[in-house]
Amino acid sequence: MTDTLLKIENLHACVEDKHILKGIDLTLDYGQVHAIMGPNGSGKSTLANVLAGRDGYEITEGRVWYRGHDLLAMPPEERAREGVFLAFQYPVEIPGVSNIYFLKAALNAIRKHRGESEVDAMDFILLVKEKMKRMQMDEQFLYRAINEGFSGGEKKRNEILQMLVLEPTLCLLDEIDSGLDIDALKIVAEGIEALRSPERGFLMVTHYQRLLDYVQPDVVHVFANGRIVKSGGPELARELETKGYGWIEHYLEAQAR
Amino acid sequence: MTLSAEALALYQDAVESLASNSPAWLAGLRRKALDRFATNGFPSPREEEWKYTNITAIERKGFAVATSMGEVDPAWIGSLLLPECWHLVLIDGHFARDLSHPALVGDVVFCDMEAAKLRHADLLAEGFGQAVDVDHGFIDFNTALFQGGALIRLNPGTRLEQPIQILHILTQAAAIPTRHLIQIGEEAEATVIESHAGVAAGLTAHVSEVLLGKNASLKHFIIQEDHQRAFHFGGLYVRQETGSRLAQTQFALGGFLARSEIHVTIGKDCETLLDGLHWANGRRHLDTHTRLVHAKPNGTSRENYKVIAEERGRSVFQGRIVVEPGAQKTDAAMNNRNLLLSDDAEVDSKPQLEIYADDVKCAHGVTIGQLDPDALFYLQTRGIDAESARQLLLYGFVNELIEAVDVEPLRGYLHRQLDRRFHAIPLEENP
Repeated sequence: MTDTLLKIENLHACVEDKHILKGIDLTLDYGQVHAIMGPNGSGKSTLANVLAGRDGYEITEGRVWYRGHDLLAMPPEERAREGVFLAFQYPVEIPGVSNIYFLKAALNAIRKHRGESEVDAMDFILLVKEKMKRMQMDEQFLYRAINEGFSGGEKKRNEILQMLVLEPTLCLLDEIDSGLDIDALKIVAEGIEALRSPERGFLMVTHYQRLLDYVQPDVVHVFANGRIVKSGGPELARELETKGYGWIEHYLEAQAR
Repeated sequence: MTLSAEALALYQDAVESLASNSPAWLAGLRRKALDRFATNGFPSPREEEWKYTNITAIERKGFAVATSMGEVDPAWIGSLLLPECWHLVLIDGHFARDLSHPALVGDVVFCDMEAAKLRHADLLAEGFGQAVDVDHGFIDFNTALFQGGALIRLNPGTRLEQPIQILHILTQAAAIPTRHLIQIGEEAEATVIESHAGVAAGLTAHVSEVLLGKNASLKHFIIQEDHQRAFHFGGLYVRQETGSRLAQTQFALGGFLARSEIHVTIGKDCETLLDGLHWANGRRHLDTHTRLVHAKPNGTSRENYKVIAEERGRSVFQGRIVVEPGAQKTDAAMNNRNLLLSDDAEVDSKPQLEIYADDVKCAHGVTIGQLDPDALFYLQTRGIDAESARQLLLYGFVNELIEAVDVEPLRGYLHRQLDRRFHAIPLEENP
């Protein structure tokens, strides 16, 4: 593990000629949790999606190194197999495909990539059920179609369940806390904490401080207008919470002067 | 199109031989039907209802009617027969006694058409032709020439626990006209599965008539898995009395050119549910034409047709809903979702609403599109490659309909068929 987990260098990205990311530099080390905060439209979610490989973004400048590899050169599935996981802000409903089949197909795709054999059916069920217990999900969710008819909170728990089963190396969490009541938020946070380890890193995009009360970040970055305008410790999140995002505007104006 | 003299002669002999073996009323119907067929032939694409499905290829073939039963592999037949069902097998339109269960008599009558003519002539005479509400070449052809088929009759209040499966097997390049008459008495309930499979490029020309008594309930399935060079016409004509319920599901998976026609006359307080799938791959042309006539007040109808059109496949859906004057409080909704997956595939969808009452709810929706890119990306971010993700979404599209089949042996069969098509990723059945 000589290579850094994630190193973003001067990343610029556009959507349909609209310049969204305007030079992001960020280094995330193994064992770290970074939070990205910022007002709507500041580019936080775009960054998470670009890192996961979503179509429709044009990378106009910059590089992203994941464990020493050129991340942006890989198709999304290869990133996933190499250990990148994106928990979606809006998890997609897929009628007709059961959760359990999906989880198994995903786990086997990753195992195959690592040169491992397919997971034993019995072991798999036991593993999934144990993780479901942690997420306080009823077992019937396994046999329901992916996210179909799930409440907002159930969808988010399902995202963390997938993360717990797939055990990724780099976890990108895109507003995992949105739409959650306080109980669901705690469950989700505990799921994240359970995976926290020296072999793994987290990049959490969030609009609110609330999540950070439960998952203490090592570094907080504040996004505005496609750039990181300030980075600091957990206290930065609290400062933002107290002063609101308007404070960022003032901060930027003050800097410009 | 008028039939040529040679073509006509071919069918005239067949009709005369069948007529000599039919009760007088049926012999009369057969001869009249042949006269109409001689004048009109099969429907022409100039007719609005046949605009998108050109059947001149069938006319050109000039299929003779199969006069005998072809050879089949019993193991293959066995794979098509569903467990826990009461079977009747027709091979090339001829009743295959050895492969069928014994006929049922009593509160439930279930037998082949020959037995029906001998033992239940009254039931046949009473119901025959009562539900068919259209007149075109395929129906005349069928009436004139149908040989085998089945009679199902449930006395009032009878509940048939075991589903009935009628398996149609086509083994020769000939025309196979078959006909079923299904009469479900008041408050009676049944499940009927019509399966079609074959090994030859022949023509199925099938008609099913259904009469649903007051508060009767029928679950009806059509599983069309004909040979990939075969032609298929299948008409289902239903009359629903007050308070009755029809749930019909169709899986159109085979054939070269297949037209399915479902007409329902809906009485007061009735429920009518139609679901279906077209899987138009290869060079397959699949056409479903539905016509629901809300004739009385307070009927509810739901239609959900799903289409996969890929490679050089073509799908046609024409859904007509007629709400007659006085059919107030009708609640009708029709939906047709098409996945158009290649540049060479084609989809035609034509909803038609004719509403002659003022207090009704009538909705229709058609979508034509590709697989959801967000769903594809979601699967990819979990390590599933793009092609497998695409396959998985297609699987889900079909499986959604299979999961809704509430007849366990049929659901299991359809799951296995689906898994075979998706051999690239082994899929398992949910417990």
